Amino acid sequence: MELPTRSNVKTNETNTWCPGCGNFGVLRALQSALVDLKIPREQVVLVTGIGCHGKIFNYLNVNGFHGIHGRVLPVMTGIKLANQDLTVIGHAGDGDQYDEGIGHFPHAARRNVDVKLFTHDNKVYGLTTGQTAPTSIKGYVSKTTPLGAFPPRLEPLKIALASNASFVARGWVGDVDHLKELMKAAIQHRGFALIDMLQVCFTFNRVQNYQFYRDRVYKLEAEGHDTSDYYAAIQRADEWGEKIPIGIFYKEDRPIYRSSLPQIEKTPLVKQSLKVEKFSELLQELM
Amino acid sequence: MGLTSDVSVLIGGEAGAGISAAGVSLSKVFMRGGLHVFGTVDYPSLIRGGHNFYMIRASKDPVYTQWDSHDLIVALDENTVHRHIKALKPEGGIIYDGEEIPTDNLDIPKEMKNLFAVPLKSIVKEVQGRPVVRNTVALGAAIGVLGYNIEIFEQILRELFTRKGEKVVAMNVNAARAGYNYATEHYANSLLFQVELVKATHKDRIFLTGNEAVALGAVAAGCKFYSAYPMTPASGVLHFLVALSEQTNMVTFQAESEIAAINMAIGASYAGVRVMTGTSGGGFCLMTEALSLAGMVETPLVIMLGQRTGPSTGLPTYTAQSDLRFAVHAAHGEFPRVVIAPGDVTECFQFTIDAFNLADEFQIPVILLTDKHLLESYTAIPPFTISDITINRGKLLPLAPYSGKQPYQRHKLTPDGISPRLIPGTPNALIHSDSAVHKESGFQGDDCAIASKMADKRYKKLPNLLKRLEKVPRIKLHGPKKADVTIVGWGSTKGVALEVMRLLEKDNVKANFLQVIYLTPFPTEEVKVALKDQNPILVEGNQTAQLGGLIREHTGIEITKKVLRFDGRPFNPLQLTRRIKEEL
Ligand SMILES: Cc1ncc(C[n+]2csc(CCOP(=O)(O)OP(=O)(O)O)c2C)c(N)n1
Ligand code: SF4
Ligand SMILES: [Mg+2]
Repeated sequence: MELPTRSNVKTNETNTWCPGCGNFGVLRALQSALVDLKIPREQVVLVTGIGCHGKIFNYLNVNGFHGIHGRVLPVMTGIKLANQDLTVIGHAGDGDQYDEGIGHFPHAARRNVDVKLFTHDNKVYGLTTGQTAPTSIKGYVSKTTPLGAFPPRLEPLKIALASNASFVARGWVGDVDHLKELMKAAIQHRGFALIDMLQVCFTFNRVQNYQFYRDRVYKLEAEGHDTSDYYAAIQRADEWGEKIPIGIFYKEDRPIYRSSLPQIEKTPLVKQSLKVEKFSELLQELM
Repeated sequence: MGLTSDVSVLIGGEAGAGISAAGVSLSKVFMRGGLHVFGTVDYPSLIRGGHNFYMIRASKDPVYTQWDSHDLIVALDENTVHRHIKALKPEGGIIYDGEEIPTDNLDIPKEMKNLFAVPLKSIVKEVQGRPVVRNTVALGAAIGVLGYNIEIFEQILRELFTRKGEKVVAMNVNAARAGYNYATEHYANSLLFQVELVKATHKDRIFLTGNEAVALGAVAAGCKFYSAYPMTPASGVLHFLVALSEQTNMVTFQAESEIAAINMAIGASYAGVRVMTGTSGGGFCLMTEALSLAGMVETPLVIMLGQRTGPSTGLPTYTAQSDLRFAVHAAHGEFPRVVIAPGDVTECFQFTIDAFNLADEFQIPVILLTDKHLLESYTAIPPFTISDITINRGKLLPLAPYSGKQPYQRHKLTPDGISPRLIPGTPNALIHSDSAVHKESGFQGDDCAIASKMADKRYKKLPNLLKRLEKVPRIKLHGPKKADVTIVGWGSTKGVALEVMRLLEKDNVKANFLQVIYLTPFPTEEVKVALKDQNPILVEGNQTAQLGGLIREHTGIEITKKVLRFDGRPFNPLQLTRRIKEEL
């Protein structure tokens, strides 16, 4: 059993993020959160999508699965159902999760499988050199929308709330300590947790840069927001303009998916015997 | 009047009228009476109305498929008579509700004498049953005219309805008995034959579908996680495994899509359990990106692909063998895989177990290629046992602490290309799996040396895989070694091929049947040897003779004679025999 420390959670892999990229803040926050939570490294699995965000797989030394574009949630679901003792954390991109993988998102939320989804919401496709993302604001100009994005932006927090997610939060990479605390709360929450992370793409997103957020973000907890108030959460999620809230929007204690599975109530699947007891009894109905 | 032990019965009616359940019950009557039985259901993709029919073939000799024509039609609606009268043997008979369907409507050829009108609806009223009880009355009547044993049926009804209480049991037994009595009173000895009762009621065999056999194979192999999105004809695996899940401690998951299903399975496999997913062609299309992922991260995975008629939605509830090339080539990039095509329920069970072992031993995806006709048709066979089953998880090490001196490397280069496999949660080890080109550690590495080293590593498994496959039947040559004609096929056509061999024999044509079981890696040498100096004819359920193409690709042998069917229906024995003879 090896507890995470500041040094052992790092890898020796060469970091290929652009200087100034908001992903560095995400990585620092996650490393600190794991160190604070003292979860043995071998009990943590990091599942990542494809995009700049997904490279975090190479930089955090816990178990890792760098899957395919958009599929962080189903991979996490499979891992968690196979071995509930593991802490399963997913890092997805906005293109990755909210475009390619959007179909999985409301389902993971409503099922309340005990996995954590941290999306790097840089409002652009980073790795593929700057196309418009689903969370890009209306009018966002990029090489795929030279006249400005036509539709209003997709709003992940509202989708999560509408899908009965039991933990909905937004973080900002400019405040690593705050993001770290959100991550800790999400990991400790029993059930599905979303943190939509305002992550700055330093290279491609000229609109939502550090200054943009610095001028706008405020902390929900400072305003006395009640995280158990669903309708207040929806109202706060609707704010996007002069003021942008970060923090926990909504949190609810409700049964996790596993409570519907008596098969794994006591023992994770991976620790169960492969031998079937009373195989012949299974054939009775066929006789 | 003589005894027969080879009988074909067709039960037809509207969709939603319990036709399939009725077919299974009557099949079980014959099975418990000691006969071999095959049953298959034909139904369009709709829930109410439309026309469903179930064909039963029962015989003292082994039966492998349905028959072209029938000895008895049980018509639960008028439509059944119109649609199937042509397939009734001249000496056969029809059971129908004479009070509901005026005999004049039926337009029956004069030479047909055996019109067995039974007041099904009135009898249901008498016994105070719900409308579906009509099926029970009709089956009772069928047993009556066939001179079979009604007690077996009564016993089956008792078992079927005990859960619903004694009253329901009694009502059903009364209904069956009333139908039986009516038939024996009015139509005893009308048919020129009676079906032979080989032995009294014995529960020594099981009657099951390919879906159920695959599911039981998965259970026997220790599969712990099955995720799928419903799609005919593969849904039966999901349904059956869900029903058994509490007894088998398996997690079954109805995913939000096939993409989700396969990615969940891969996640669970990475976490260390045996996994399977199942689907049909359309769903398999959606799975292909993740199939390639499984190949890249060397995560064991079993996929059951149940073919149905395509392209696209095609005929959702009808059969096909048109995804052979797709299964063999699906997904981008190159990686080793296994594609196995079982031909009957016994093989469905056995080969599913083999699939799990191969997936674990070689850390590769394995595809079980099946089809509607195999998955949804029933056969009576001796019960499966698991005492002699081996479970081989290959180089997977349990969760015991890792004690290696060097940090664990998930994709370590080894002489056989297979790396020792640890799973997350193992103390002192971290497991890194990357869909991108990776180093031995599992972390991304995209220089060209690594890319080709890792590609080589994956293909290094092939020689040992081929060696390992010497232990399993990659082909089977049924019948005599040398013959006048060699039927060449794969998958569900095994049944009809075995029947056709017998029919050709009767016509003094010596026939054998080459069943190709492993489609990847292709059994090149075995097929070459088997086809040497033979007169082969391809029989496939597709338009382009896909197996023929594979054979030519791997062996250089071109088979020019072919009988192909691609209208969604399985071959019938007499019809196929005729077509083969035409080709000779
Ligand atoms: C199925 C598939 N389609 C497209 C791609 C190409 N692709 C790679 S990353 C990416 C989008 C990246 O954007 P985002 O998910 O927001 O991640 P970021 O780079 O911004 O972190 C795309 C389209 C892919 N890898 N797989
Ligand atoms: S492209 Fe943007 S998101 Fe990607 S590494 Fe560079 S700054 Fe970060
Ligand atoms: Mg992005």
